[in-house]
Amino acid sequence: MYPQVLFRNRKPDRIVTLDEYRAGGGYRALGDVLRKRSAGEVCRVVDEAGLRGRGGAGFPASKKWESVPADGAYPRYLVANSDEMEPGTFKDRVLIHADPHTIIEGMILAGYAIGASKAFLFVRPSYESSAAIMERELRIAREAGYLGRNILGTDYSLDIVVHRSGGRYICGEASALLNAVMGKRPNPQRPPPYPTVKGLWERPTVVNNVETLANVPHILRNGPEWFRGLSRSKTPGTKLFCISGKVSRPGCVELPMGTRLNEIIEEHAGGMAPGSEFKACLPGGASTYFLTRDNLHAGMDFDGMAAVKNRLGTGAVIVFDRKTCLVGATLNLMRFFARESCGWCTPCREGLPYMRDLLERIEEGEGREEYIPMLRLMSRQVWNSYCALAPGAASPVESLLDHFADEVHEHISQKRCPFKD
Amino acid sequence: MIPEEMRSALARKAASAESPREQAIDVMFELQDHYGYMTDEAMEEAAGILGMTTLELEELATFYDHIYRSPVGRYVIHVCDSAVCWMEGYQRIIDYLCQRLKLTVGGTSPDGLFTLLPVCCIGYCDRAPAMMINRNVYGRLTREKIDRILDRLIEHSQFHEME
Repeated sequence: MYPQVLFRNRKPDRIVTLDEYRAGGGYRALGDVLRKRSAGEVCRVVDEAGLRGRGGAGFPASKKWESVPADGAYPRYLVANSDEMEPGTFKDRVLIHADPHTIIEGMILAGYAIGASKAFLFVRPSYESSAAIMERELRIAREAGYLGRNILGTDYSLDIVVHRSGGRYICGEASALLNAVMGKRPNPQRPPPYPTVKGLWERPTVVNNVETLANVPHILRNGPEWFRGLSRSKTPGTKLFCISGKVSRPGCVELPMGTRLNEIIEEHAGGMAPGSEFKACLPGGASTYFLTRDNLHAGMDFDGMAAVKNRLGTGAVIVFDRKTCLVGATLNLMRFFARESCGWCTPCREGLPYMRDLLERIEEGEGREEYIPMLRLMSRQVWNSYCALAPGAASPVESLLDHFADEVHEHISQKRCPFKD
Repeated sequence: MIPEEMRSALARKAASAESPREQAIDVMFELQDHYGYMTDEAMEEAAGILGMTTLELEELATFYDHIYRSPVGRYVIHVCDSAVCWMEGYQRIIDYLCQRLKLTVGGTSPDGLFTLLPVCCIGYCDRAPAMMINRNVYGRLTREKIDRILDRLIEHSQFHEME
């Protein structure tokens, strides 16, 4: 059993209460920080700990906070991103349902570090239960003096509200999310200006993933050295890994950064499901590359995945077995991405449906060999899109062609899907 | 027309935000619950409360998955078609729902009770295949489980009609 940080209080069947959270040392970091430490010190401790964003991009949290200009305007805002719609990913849901106060305390501390007076927790409609839990626990935190005016009798005031989304994948992208909060169409916006300079209502705004924020109280309470020591790699801390697909025990587990993929699958997910044999996995959600058996020894962290030309993404491992058609799986992913394109820029709006149609023809037995270079070309072209949605969508396609070309050729030569009866 | 009490409650909600349009989704969700879907009248009501033009609101209403601009059944079934649910039998679930409720994807059952829509990904990959009905989630679906869920909802709606 590895040290549990975010899941330290996790109960098998219910949410951790405020009293239980406090009994385990919860909200101690908040009192300590607000009374004794400056905002700059909070940034420094988090910087020394080397906390990197857990939403996918892995940007250092302290660097993001410090990019709010010292003379930046007020009010300032913090947004906790739990708009989790990346297929295969459900860690934010599990975290909110396990220990909501670790997120609330993390949000208050991050808010203090950047001088925010209001924070939003962005929740998607599929997670209505998460929104309701957070609203209840925010009320409890407010009544206990941890939130609202003059927190714990200090000069610092912060309010947190739950913002419900209408539900679209693009809302998870930070700049699109900010538009969504302001009641605008959630198109992404390319910097500059960066949201930390001009975000919500043109005021400095920091967007962090909820898993990132949940680490903050623990870092401030236990110190940077402790946080670094949790990891088995250069990326400090632990990570919530979601495992789904053809494994015996799908679920969400907290493991040290750098834990090897084969250990995650074999030990923590109980190995392959009965009667299934491993073929491939997407290691970090739907917008990462298919990874084959040859690279299962790779460590799950930013460097470990980069070493095998992949990405950690959200740390959501989707396992596919020998009986699953990867052309069909890639088509499913491309249907999703094409449907979820916000339509703002041409490469994404036009390119993804084009790729979907080519894959559809191949899967339906109407494919031709020349579709393969066309798919390759389109995969490169969509990198010209405005945000990361389309390049993410191209990742499974590129790796399908790299590692499972035989399967694609077989569909074309047999004029049918070889996996269908 | 919505009840005056509801209008003033929504107006207070809009006024409490940083800017009223920040509440666009919440206001639409509440009006949608009242009207059954976002009717043209509901759109005008919402736009008035939020200080937006109906066109600006239309831009949002037609973008989001959970705002309906056409009539839907009392229960909206969102079946997750993510890669994981797809692998774990999504097609069987869809086929069974279509057969049992006598509808097609995107359509409403003849009794007007159920509308079936695809959605991805509802984040219950560890309990695939999964679906959501009026934002309640059901996982590890089988035919028997679907029958139990639908029977309960049908019974519930009949009970309400008798009242």
